[in-house]
Amino acid sequence: MLEIRGLSACIGDKEILKGIDLTVPQGEIHAIMGPNGSGKSTLGYVLSGREDYTVTGGTVTFNGANLLEMEPEARAIAGVFLAFQAPIELPGVNNANFLRTALNAVRRARGEAELDAVQFLKLARAETKRLHMRDDMLKRNVNVGFSGGEKKRNEVLQMALLRPKLAILDETDSGLDIDALKIVADGVNALRSAEFSALVITHHQRLLDHLVPHRVHVLSQGRIIRSGGPELAKELEQSGYASLIAEAA
Amino acid sequence: MAVETETLETVQALTQSGYKWGFETNVEMEFAPKGLNEDIIRLISARKQEPAWMLDWRLKAFAAWQKMEEPQWARVEHPPIDYQDLHYYAAPKKKAGPKSLDEVDPELLAMYEKLGIPLKERAILAGVDPDAAEGGSRQIAVDAVFDSVSVATTFKETLSKAGVIFCPISEAIREYPDLVKQYLGTVVPVGDNFFAALNSAVFTDGSFVYIPKGVRCPMELSTYFRINARNTGQFERTLIIAEEGSYVSYLEGCTAPQRDENQLHAAVVELVTMDDAQIKYSTVQNWYPGDEHGKGGIYNFVTKRGACRGARSKISWTQVETGSAITWKYPSCVLLGEDSVGEFYSVAVTNNHQQADTGTKMIHVGRGSRSTIVSKGISAGHSNNTYRGLVRMAPTAKNARNFTQCDSLLIGDRCGAHTVPYIESRNLTAKVEHEATTSKIAEDQLFYCRQRGLSEEDAVGLIVNGFCKDVLKELPMEFAVEAQKLLAVSLEGSVG
Ligand SMILES: Nc1ncnc2c1ncn2[C@@H]1O[C@H](COP(=O)(O)OP(=O)(O)OP(=O)(O)O)[C@@H](O)[C@H]1O
Ligand SMILES: [Mg+2]
Repeated sequence: MLEIRGLSACIGDKEILKGIDLTVPQGEIHAIMGPNGSGKSTLGYVLSGREDYTVTGGTVTFNGANLLEMEPEARAIAGVFLAFQAPIELPGVNNANFLRTALNAVRRARGEAELDAVQFLKLARAETKRLHMRDDMLKRNVNVGFSGGEKKRNEVLQMALLRPKLAILDETDSGLDIDALKIVADGVNALRSAEFSALVITHHQRLLDHLVPHRVHVLSQGRIIRSGGPELAKELEQSGYASLIAEAA
Repeated sequence: MAVETETLETVQALTQSGYKWGFETNVEMEFAPKGLNEDIIRLISARKQEPAWMLDWRLKAFAAWQKMEEPQWARVEHPPIDYQDLHYYAAPKKKAGPKSLDEVDPELLAMYEKLGIPLKERAILAGVDPDAAEGGSRQIAVDAVFDSVSVATTFKETLSKAGVIFCPISEAIREYPDLVKQYLGTVVPVGDNFFAALNSAVFTDGSFVYIPKGVRCPMELSTYFRINARNTGQFERTLIIAEEGSYVSYLEGCTAPQRDENQLHAAVVELVTMDDAQIKYSTVQNWYPGDEHGKGGIYNFVTKRGACRGARSKISWTQVETGSAITWKYPSCVLLGEDSVGEFYSVAVTNNHQQADTGTKMIHVGRGSRSTIVSKGISAGHSNNTYRGLVRMAPTAKNARNFTQCDSLLIGDRCGAHTVPYIESRNLTAKVEHEATTSKIAEDQLFYCRQRGLSEEDAVGLIVNGFCKDVLKELPMEFAVEAQKLLAVSLEGSVG
């Protein structure tokens, strides 16, 4: 269970998150929507521990642990996964090697046996196949020269391999073709279980058709101004954010 | 791939250890008195039982050196070196030049074991060494140089069956005087530069390799240099000759104890290849770099040069430089033969207060000669890392080609990376290409890796290894593993 209470954060002297309250029970998928610049990516970064952001108030607990005082890698090992809105390129770093190193770091910390190259490749190939990705993605350098859509698929592949307990997907559906949209949804749906929860940041109702969320939250200027069921997303698709924001003001 | 992961694992084990080669070995030593003069040179020559011509050669070099000045053009700074305050000869007290491993001081053997050098000839010959018997594990012949003398050379017999000579240079001077006379100082002349002249006067040991016509050396040859004694300069001299159509791969490794004072190392390496011959020379240099405040460490002033004398001959230098307080080193190729090939692959890492001014010279004389330079400089801490390279196309170098790729990676914002390419072309048909990039390990790259569960150290290791990949792949497998571990250890504490 993820519990966010009164979370505020700034970058430099600019306050971006202004008191967020949000609870995601285990097994649930919550969508976060909201206009550009409202703080959605910031929320994802703060939850995963990016150091540029300073938390100025509030608490975050994840399965009982105080997330805010953990290093980013400790959060990852505890099961927090962030699919980046703009995945980062690592020149010269082989994708398969990167994935295996990450997976083994997580497995080691969880007391599981590490995978050797052969075992890993077998596993990775099975996942690429399931996600309808080409194997040569594994041979290339991490995100280098990947198309926008390939980068997003690579995030989904990493998520599938690392099997997180909390997946934060930051616009993983943006820039994807219609088939790929389904891949993302399938990637998340495959992980669904009583122990898995997800925060899905998106601008599009389409993804939510495949990935029916338990709750939808609207973020505006660093605050959640409205929460509702899946029908809220459909409503927004019709009417936009303007009236909601006016209402909240 | 396996290699890189192994690196990460090893690094984890090493993370608290820092420079782990910093121990000192307690062997009874014989020292020459401090200072440099003709008498000291006579003493060295006498200790080595050298013929008269060798002593003359040394004295001539000494006379030349006295008229020379330390070069000032490199981007390195250090307090003046007092050349009279050093010992120029230090040897373990047991008789120099043991005949077999049994005669080697057990303390020494224990030290080499600690350093992980495969001095295992006995066990291998007896067929009891499980590692060597394992399929795929290659045999490497080792010459180990401890301060001023070579203490053990392995696999001599296997090599001599192939006609290969691999022995301490002091022994070669006595046993193969004609060969030594014919080649010594012909690639790096006595008066080439200040440090080469000094080395020529006082060199104490090093390796000699001769590969006869048409022979592919049956195993990798390796020399391991260790500075142990205090206040002692190490001046080794290596000479490798590859006759027509022959091939040899030669590896060189170095470490030194951790000390507060600086120590001087001034080596000379000369390589010669005849028609269709090839020498692959790999170095993993890990002299003690000094502490994080810049105290102590080795001053490494080295002259390495190869002459591709024959047509289609080839010399490749691959170096991974992680150690030394100061590195001043430009392994070079003089491409005399038609269609001869020179290569230089380098990774130079500087951290804390290390200074490296390193690069290469490719001197194209032969028609159609080709050279490739790939240099990867990594700077962290307060260090300074300079690539300095010369590509010269002589008027005779018709259709010669050079390609240079020079990349710098910065970690943090208190370090410096500098690229100083000199290009001189006197032939219109010759082509010189130069590419250079500078990049930083970005915060977002580190965060991305950490978000996937990697520690910061592992993340840096992964990114740095990726950056150096083009060079590391040129190293023999075992060396590549070693080099990757070193890279990670050298950059320890460079982030955050
Ligand atoms: N490094 C930074 N320096 C200054 N301002 C920043 C920085 N990072 C984010 N911001 C600002 O914080 C606000 C929130 O940004 P954030 O990326 O969280 O928005 P978002 O809701 O994800 O938007 P989008 O839908 O466009 O992805 C924006 O006004 C943005 O300009
Ligand atoms: Mg965003």
